[in-house]
Amino acid sequence: MKRIALLGMPNTGKSTLFNRLSGASARVGNWPGITVDLMSAKILMGGHIAELIDLPGLYDLHGFSDDEQVVRHFLSNNMVDLAIIVLNSSQIDRQLSLALQIKNLGLPTILLLNMQDEAKRAGISIDTLAMSQQLGFPVVQISAKYGDGCPQALQVAAKQLADKKNEISPQAVAALLEADVQIEQDMHNIVKKSVQMPAELNDETTDKIDKVLLHPMFGLPLFFIAMFLLFQFIFSAGAPLQAGMAWVLALLRSTILEPLLSGLPVWLNGLLLDGIFNGISTVAAFVPIIVLFFLVMSMVEDSGYLSRAAFLMDALMSKIGLDGRGFVMVLMGFGCNVPALMGTRVMRSRPMRLLTMLVIPLSLCSARLQVFLFMIAALFKPQQAAYIMFTLYMVSFFTIFLTAILFKGQYKSTEPFILELPPYRFPTPRQIWLRGWQEVKYFLNRATKFIVIGVVMVWALTHYPTNVPPASVGTLAGQIGALFAPILNPIGIDTQLAIALIFGFVAKEIVIGSLAVIYGMQGDALSHQIATNIDWVQGMSFMLFTLIYTPCLSTIATMKSESKSSAFMWLSIAWSLGLAWVVSFIFYQGARALGF
Amino acid sequence: MTIANNMKLNSLNPGQQGVINAIDAEQGLHQRLNAMGFRIGKKIELIRRASFNGPLHVRIGATDIILRGIDAARIQLIPA
Ligand SMILES: Nc1nc2c(ncn2[C@@H]2O[C@H](COP(=O)(O)OP(=O)(O)O)[C@@H](O)[C@H]2O)c(=O)[nH]1
Ligand SMILES: [Mg+2]
Repeated sequence: MKRIALLGMPNTGKSTLFNRLSGASARVGNWPGITVDLMSAKILMGGHIAELIDLPGLYDLHGFSDDEQVVRHFLSNNMVDLAIIVLNSSQIDRQLSLALQIKNLGLPTILLLNMQDEAKRAGISIDTLAMSQQLGFPVVQISAKYGDGCPQALQVAAKQLADKKNEISPQAVAALLEADVQIEQDMHNIVKKSVQMPAELNDETTDKIDKVLLHPMFGLPLFFIAMFLLFQFIFSAGAPLQAGMAWVLALLRSTILEPLLSGLPVWLNGLLLDGIFNGISTVAAFVPIIVLFFLVMSMVEDSGYLSRAAFLMDALMSKIGLDGRGFVMVLMGFGCNVPALMGTRVMRSRPMRLLTMLVIPLSLCSARLQVFLFMIAALFKPQQAAYIMFTLYMVSFFTIFLTAILFKGQYKSTEPFILELPPYRFPTPRQIWLRGWQEVKYFLNRATKFIVIGVVMVWALTHYPTNVPPASVGTLAGQIGALFAPILNPIGIDTQLAIALIFGFVAKEIVIGSLAVIYGMQGDALSHQIATNIDWVQGMSFMLFTLIYTPCLSTIATMKSESKSSAFMWLSIAWSLGLAWVVSFIFYQGARALGF
Repeated sequence: MTIANNMKLNSLNPGQQGVINAIDAEQGLHQRLNAMGFRIGKKIELIRRASFNGPLHVRIGATDIILRGIDAARIQLIPA
């Protein structure tokens, strides 16, 4: 099968073109030694199936950024039969340098001048024939977003693929990538001969919007308002959808699965229903939130506002080693950590991305909020509730800053902070929808197995041995809790609470439910029981621990699939457990020392 | 508004323009600046600065770019 690679600078529309050509057939592929995900799709080209790959954006074939290395690595290890270069027509005067660098590799190549629509509006005219004569390969103007020129581009690509056989091996490419040639002069000549550009081409609408959104005084407040509204939208629209999903799943369980499986032995029934089915339900519960999150994020990203957020927040965020886009993801983590972790993909520097991923699980997500509301109601007076909640949010921010500051030396970004501010653009509904769908597919593919196995394990821990009541002190989970008593006693956590913490590894949503099983009672009776079993100092310590330690299996699964590193996943788990213990210890012992 | 000779990009005021005269940066930064259109002889305008001493928003030809003050200090300008 022939292999076609899309190459170009960031933000030139490679992914837009990729999505247009591949439709829904795209999948995330694994490539040797590469730590970012590359999308690939099988497409029909000139009567043959070819594999199309969306490579990360690069500025310079010899550059040092993570993405530039990924592309080099890819080209040095994989045979490419056709390179499709995508450039932004409005910036052709500077982007042509990349095309010339790629030309030097000697691969069969075509050049697509994208965003024809914007270039036309700006009064840029390009003589593609003249340009193609000078370059020595076909040049086509297209608009990937609206589809103009795309059929023609496909034809040209198919022809090039059929005519030109690639004689350059990956090894030869690797050798060529070592050397560089003088390109500046060539670029200048080609642009002079084939491009006409007005002297000034500023997008007035963009300028006007920027005057407001990047205003020295109002820019930041507007940013926070925008974030707040988006956040509200995602999570208030998400809650009923999640509830609906839970309702459907519960119905499925009670009306179909339970009667169907009732004949099975108890252990098998439990494994299937409480293990595997609950695991699948846990995964399903994230689907609505992920779709909504990426519907909104693709608007924020494609509109160009995310780069503006980086501009506004950089002064503050650079001090803790993060950047403004990372900050947006951390904020979104306060709704749900899982999509926030996935969203860090916009950050192209791997160290900075890892640092952001390390702090996101510390943001107090809505699932943890449910646990706190219940515990606070059980242990505190109503007038105290708001203060306790506020304290927990402050602790969450504090642990985020602390972690970022402690680890920023470890995860130092070597990439210069130089970003393009694209003109404001409205994404098409198709683009938005495709993004949401792709992300869900990705999450399901990567996380389902991991989460289901985890849920089954916790089910087993809390149901074996079978001669004691489920989730009681006699089960494996209770025994683990007892084993850890020497560590957990100093932070005021007894065996029952320890079992709840083990459940909490699966998802914080089930912690209250697990307490109900552990104590064998529900609602007000459960609240009373908890209030008589533990005092507020223990309760607070339990909440601090719950806040800081690993939020849920889905977060862990996402952490692993996004970082492509089990070591990093373990680091995150160990760090959050350690930090949770230290904070709870200081609080618990401090409060006891003060006589509470 | 003309600017002094050999002024650094980070000391421009919003609205001021200059022509890039020298870029004094190590290879990685140099390449990135180059690819973004920072080339000797190009006209550059400072559009705005972010508050709290944040990044600069500059314009070269058709491209708007943000970069930090320390990186901008590597770019020397002469009057347009
Ligand atoms: N006006 C216009 N915008 C486009 C076109 N192609 C892509 N875009 C937009 O350019 C931005 C970057 O596109 P993307 O495909 O993510 O670029 P990539 O970084 O090269 O993958 C998105 O906001 C797209 O909607 C086009 O032909 N015309
Ligand atoms: Mg892309």
